[in-house]
Amino acid sequence: MYVSHLSLLDFRSYTAVDVELEPGVNAFLGPNGQGKTNLVEAIGYVATLGSHRVSTDAPLIRAGASRAVVRTRVVRGDRASTIELEIAPGKANRGRINRGQPVRARDVLGILRTVLFAPEDLALVKGDPDGRRRFLDQLLVLMIPRVSGVLADYDRVLRQRSALLKSARGVRRSAGGRPSRPRLSTTSSTSLSPGLSTGSADSSAGAAGDQTGSELATLDVWDARLAELGAEILVLRLGLVEALRPAVAASYEQVSSGAGAAEISYKWSLPSEVPDGAALPSVGAVRDALLDAMRDVRQQELDRGLSLVGPHRDDLVLTLAGLPAKGYASHGESWSFALALRLASYRLLGGEVQAPAFWNPDLGTDAEPVLVLDDVFAELDTRRRERLAELVAPARQVLVTAAVPDDVPGALRGVRFHVEPGTVTRER
Amino acid sequence: MYEGAVQDLIDELGRLPGVGPKSAQRIAFHLLAAEGHEVKRLVDALTEVKLRVRFCELCGNVAEAERCRVCLDPRRSDEVICVVEEPKDVVAVERTREFRGRYHVLGGAINPMENIGPDDLRIKELLTRLADGAVKEVILAMDPNVEGEATATYLARLIGPIGITVSRLASGLPVGGDLEYADEVTLGRAFEGRRVVGG
Ligand SMILES: Nc1ncnc2c1ncn2[C@@H]1O[C@H](COP(=O)(O)OP(=O)(O)OP(=O)(O)O)[C@@H](O)[C@H]1O
Ligand SMILES: [Mg+2]
Ligand SMILES: [Zn+2]
Repeated sequence: MYVSHLSLLDFRSYTAVDVELEPGVNAFLGPNGQGKTNLVEAIGYVATLGSHRVSTDAPLIRAGASRAVVRTRVVRGDRASTIELEIAPGKANRGRINRGQPVRARDVLGILRTVLFAPEDLALVKGDPDGRRRFLDQLLVLMIPRVSGVLADYDRVLRQRSALLKSARGVRRSAGGRPSRPRLSTTSSTSLSPGLSTGSADSSAGAAGDQTGSELATLDVWDARLAELGAEILVLRLGLVEALRPAVAASYEQVSSGAGAAEISYKWSLPSEVPDGAALPSVGAVRDALLDAMRDVRQQELDRGLSLVGPHRDDLVLTLAGLPAKGYASHGESWSFALALRLASYRLLGGEVQAPAFWNPDLGTDAEPVLVLDDVFAELDTRRRERLAELVAPARQVLVTAAVPDDVPGALRGVRFHVEPGTVTRER
Repeated sequence: MYEGAVQDLIDELGRLPGVGPKSAQRIAFHLLAAEGHEVKRLVDALTEVKLRVRFCELCGNVAEAERCRVCLDPRRSDEVICVVEEPKDVVAVERTREFRGRYHVLGGAINPMENIGPDDLRIKELLTRLADGAVKEVILAMDPNVEGEATATYLARLIGPIGITVSRLASGLPVGGDLEYADEVTLGRAFEGRRVVGG
């Protein structure tokens, strides 16, 4: 697929801009701070409903404006679709497909797929686990758009459950070690009996205590939901890591010309070993394991006011020649690893890699995602630069940004755009 | 900031749900410019509603007497109770014309982030209504979001053991939304296709 048209209204530094793009290589060139990244950020947003630079929408709206509109035309085979997104912080973003009725933003997912390489990717290797979890989850959403709903629900359940644990902790502190309080929460069977839930069974505590006592009776309900959604996410992530593993190793070898093997593996919060190989556990089995684990750490969770079990505690472990990449790998090796993760994603989405069993890739025609290389060449030495360029040059569409035109390797000849504040001009 | 009375009005309007500072300002100036009798009609409506309307002592729906119109209607079945979060959900379900039983309005959903637990909802009152054995089925019609689902699961686990059939609306409702946003046809279908989850 490729993006044939991009138009922005009040997005970042652009008041209004229209750009016609071509299949193959499109390079956006211009000095620092002109708005090159802003353009490709907008395209990435249409594919993922998120920015690779910021975690909230507010900075995406042009200063002084109240909402931004991003419109793209995506060509796949002989079909073209127009996707329009309205971004308004504090409100639910709206989307429109082919100028139809407004839909939820989530409903546009799956039409455009992108894989974006950016300087921020170095944090995948050197940064905290949440970046790596986001890497896996975003890729899952690109594969199966429905997953975005599962992730959003999980996040919401997690926040509710953690709020419940925190308020329970507050009450237990202020109750000055009243022994009857924590007991209520640990005996799940009694907490669900009708008698207790009427609130009359525990009339001894003060007003705040009453409230939290009955709230704690709902902990089992949140546990069940957390385990259900968490298990679904875990099974997807395990399958994804399994599918990516060989592609990451191969991609690393290609970009780095092979000094030590790059391995990825999943680390979870459950006490049992992470199953590997073909034997992926069922969602039901993982759900039960999560429930058991939650039961085991419940006292700790109540003491700390934190949810200690579930996919939000996990990590994607990266190792290089048997050593953890984080803390051991050199700067250049870390870069190669980050590139390998992105390249492997690209190959998976494009159908070059054996897909995980849960994914039925609609590889019909022209499924290959759009590649975006935001300012990556400036970060790489000449050899890695050339190798990466060779690998991506044949792609259906590559969008490149660079401040120094000479940083773009010769292999990536194509259409060039000159970017100045607020305007984009195609070079003839 | 404006002078005393105008700012007071803007502040009060801004406290209403769904009214931001800009809308509050717009409404305030609209009222300032309006004719005296128009404003009086609004004031009267507000006064009347506070005087006349209260909540049904049985089901929690809005009512103009001790009991609401649904509870007073002799043609409706006492064997089925549809449990909803808010009075506006009663209106949404009534629009479908699918349901001829009684209602129970909880007054919200379980929401730890907002400090709302079971004791803040009208659950005790619901259990009291179920105690005499007249009710054969309870339909849980919570909003199709995380909090609604948690509330429904909690209630299903509570009511199931009593031996009353508990059912949930079929899926197909717009996920993450409010019951009231579902159109009649969709909501009606969800009613017809409800599935038993306990009892
Ligand atoms: N919400 C916004 N409103 C107005 N201007 C913005 C907004 N967000 C970013 N900008 C401006 O956009 C410019 C940055 O654009 P961008 O990041 O695309 O630069 P770039 O061309 O990629 O630069 P570099 O080569 O340094 O990466 C900055 O001047 C910044 O002030
Ligand atoms: Mg940039
Ligand atoms: Zn009533």
